[in-house]
Amino acid sequence: MLRIKNLVVDHGAIRALHGVSISIEKGQLAAVIGANGAGKTTLLRTLSGLNKATDGSAAWGEINILHSKPESLVRYGISHVSEGKSVIPELTVSENLELGALWRRNRKESEKSKKDVVDLFPRLGERLSQRADSLSGGERQMLAIGRSMMAKPQLLLLDEPSLGLAPLVVEQIFQSIRDLTTALGLTVVLVEQNAMGALKIADIGIVLNLGSIAATGSAAALRDDPAVRAAYLGF
Amino acid sequence: MFEFINTLLIGITSGSIYSLMAIAIVLVWRSTRVVNFAAGGVALASTFVGATILESTGSFWIALPIGMLAGAALSSFIEYFFLRPLLKRSGEKTQEIFLPIIATLGILGVIKAVLHFIYGDKIGVISPPLSDKGFIVSGESIALSPLRLMILGVVLALMITLTLIFQRTNLGLSLRAASFAPEISRLSGIRVDAIRTLGWAISGAAGATAGILQTTNGAGSVTPEAFEFSLLLVFGFVAAVIGGIESLVGAVIGGVTLGIILAIILMYVGGSLVFFAAFIILILVLLLRPNGIIGVKGGRRA
Amino acid sequence: MVAVHNRHITNKHRFIGFFLIGLVVYILSNIVDEWRAYQGATVAVFVVAIASVILLTGYSGQISLGHGALLAVGAYTAALTQIYFSAPIWICFAAAVIMTALVGAILGTAAARLSGPYLAGTTLAFAVGLPSIANQFSILGGEQGISFDAGWPPLSLGESFTQYKWFLWIATLTALISMWWVQNILRSRYGRSWRALKSNEVAAEICGITIGRSKVLAFTVSAGIAGLSGALLAMTMNNVSPSSFPLALSFFIATGAVLSGVSTLGGVMIGSVALVAIPLIATSASDRWSGSQSLATVLPDFIVSALLILTVFLAPKGPIEKLRSRHSK
Ligand SMILES: Nc1ncnc2c1ncn2[C@@H]1O[C@H](COP(=O)(O)OP(=O)(O)OP(=O)(O)O)[C@@H](O)[C@H]1O
Ligand SMILES: [Mg+2]
Repeated sequence: MLRIKNLVVDHGAIRALHGVSISIEKGQLAAVIGANGAGKTTLLRTLSGLNKATDGSAAWGEINILHSKPESLVRYGISHVSEGKSVIPELTVSENLELGALWRRNRKESEKSKKDVVDLFPRLGERLSQRADSLSGGERQMLAIGRSMMAKPQLLLLDEPSLGLAPLVVEQIFQSIRDLTTALGLTVVLVEQNAMGALKIADIGIVLNLGSIAATGSAAALRDDPAVRAAYLGF
Repeated sequence: MFEFINTLLIGITSGSIYSLMAIAIVLVWRSTRVVNFAAGGVALASTFVGATILESTGSFWIALPIGMLAGAALSSFIEYFFLRPLLKRSGEKTQEIFLPIIATLGILGVIKAVLHFIYGDKIGVISPPLSDKGFIVSGESIALSPLRLMILGVVLALMITLTLIFQRTNLGLSLRAASFAPEISRLSGIRVDAIRTLGWAISGAAGATAGILQTTNGAGSVTPEAFEFSLLLVFGFVAAVIGGIESLVGAVIGGVTLGIILAIILMYVGGSLVFFAAFIILILVLLLRPNGIIGVKGGRRA
Repeated sequence: MVAVHNRHITNKHRFIGFFLIGLVVYILSNIVDEWRAYQGATVAVFVVAIASVILLTGYSGQISLGHGALLAVGAYTAALTQIYFSAPIWICFAAAVIMTALVGAILGTAAARLSGPYLAGTTLAFAVGLPSIANQFSILGGEQGISFDAGWPPLSLGESFTQYKWFLWIATLTALISMWWVQNILRSRYGRSWRALKSNEVAAEICGITIGRSKVLAFTVSAGIAGLSGALLAMTMNNVSPSSFPLALSFFIATGAVLSGVSTLGGVMIGSVALVAIPLIATSASDRWSGSQSLATVLPDFIVSALLILTVFLAPKGPIEKLRSRHSK
């Protein structure tokens, strides 16, 4: 399980997170929602070592992850899909996928994982030898998630997978995330602008506001909370 | 016609050596976004190492790989102790490329001076392992000699090896991924810092090969101030830029094109215009294609 | 030549500063011997050359590894103007500025479309290529080059007034005037637009700065100044030949710019003095300690290179900024 305690993060003079504490149980899908600039991306980037924490702690199971390097993260079973369509356009779809499994140094396993990903996202299967920059936005997002699945993670950090996608595609992606979580027993931190969509598939919800936690609880409860509805769901 | 073919042969040979130097520059640019003038110093130093080995063993085929190893070691040393701390401090987002250029120029100067200290006025000799007398075709001697053939063979072998490494191996995939998107690579578990050092090492080996081949192909000996090495560096860099600075294929195309055109100018127009011609070729290519022959529009920062 | 950026320094203060520098040089010129006067003149030449690089790189954000070739353009133009029009020396200087600015405008037009390594490569090829064409045209005098004679000091200055003292005066005066002018242009609308460009091209364009034109203008101005320093260099050497403008000269000037601190004009004296003084110090040091000939030839290069690396690491913005930031702490 993921335990974040009193996490403080500064970007130079700007404090992006003011002591955030979050606890997520194994197998849970947690939606982190909040307005632009709330600190959602900062939270994920700090967890994966891309940003430095000023104070606080974060542990995944027994492992203290705050002070580890981003490249050791996959080795602890954590995979981070960063904001924007996080694929490498110069590489082929197939190479993008293989990249995720490189650290395991096992070609056979990698091929097997690739098959699993293709089963999950058949559209990628048809485009394996194309360069990733020929993909549509939705396909890129599938590729990014697919790549992180190649690493066989137990904890998945997803930063706005719905960014810039058409509503129908968003629904598809969200459904895949939900299915994956249940089928593989993953723990997922899903950062989203699309609060309604995220809370629909999530088990628990965390509302960030200006770097602090504004509300937290079961996803269903948050969806029904009038204050949250007014502030973040827009109705 | 005969003369023209000979000119082409000469051009292709020297062009293939420029290609190697261009590859050395492209590899460093791709892995760390540094225009690496120290590559000239690395090539020079490894040629001296090669010459020393050649002197004691008498075998070119021992001297070459050891020279390449020396180049790889020196190049990664430079990356690890100079460029890495420099780039870490200036942050990866800075578009400033002037200071790293200047730093590598400084390193080039230091390498030359150190070679001077070590070797004094001794020259490094890389005598040709094969005859440089041209083959005889229908009674006339052509510009293709066993030596030139060997040079072309070595360059070709190296290029095929590099292509296989880059396209077919996991290591190659890591190298490419790390140069295009360091952050994504890091999050995928690739040790980007180590991969960058490796990129510099391969670059050093390519530069060493270029230096050693340039020396056997030319005067057969080298001094720390050798003009030939400044030329190799300048033409290698020009070739890399013509090719698009990001692309290994571009580096080869750029190097060979440059070699052929310069050989033609040397033969038919006059030696004093060779350098100016290199400038004109570069300008023409960049006016037509501001990002080089194989360049990517916008030259994305990796 | 001190502290260009400091807002509290008015034009009057600045003028007094320039006047004082001139006065110091004037007094020194009466004390020192011919050799030192020659070195002083060389420092002045480098001040102008380095200022041209700082203007281009530090202020407009473009890279040039080819300023040595621009110096060559200025030097040849000055010499040709004298040979073919028997023009007085200041006309030769003016011609050098105009001609080099023209070449700079052409080069800058190409350069404005290029960035990073492409620009570095182009200017590098320019540095190597341009001086070599002197061998191709007989009016440029081939390897021997052509002479450029600034003339003897006017008799009114007295019998004992030496040649190099005269050069020192001319070079210093020219350097002071051009630095004054460079300062003013950097503080003008153009200077501001260059700085805006350097920090963020997109934002600058939104603010109505035409990127292309602004970059070409910076290149043109920088080239004009480089041409002036080339003409001064020709004067101190009495001669212009391709071998005076090797690639190493371009690197040397870039080195001086970094030692001075590329991002501000304030330190140009430091870099210029360093470039002239280090070889001298190195030579005398190696004479004293070892007397080895080969040591004497490498030591200057070694020291300059090592200093360059140190500067890039310890004071990437230059010694002046370094001091300033330490003061403000
Ligand atoms: N590299 C940075 N440098 C300075 N400030 C930053 C940096 N990255 C983020 N910030 C600031 O930190 C705060 C939180 O940013 P963050 O990107 O975490 O927000 P977010 O919740 O992900 O927003 P969005 O929904 O727009 O992606 C913002 O005020 C932002 O301006
Ligand atoms: Mg965000």
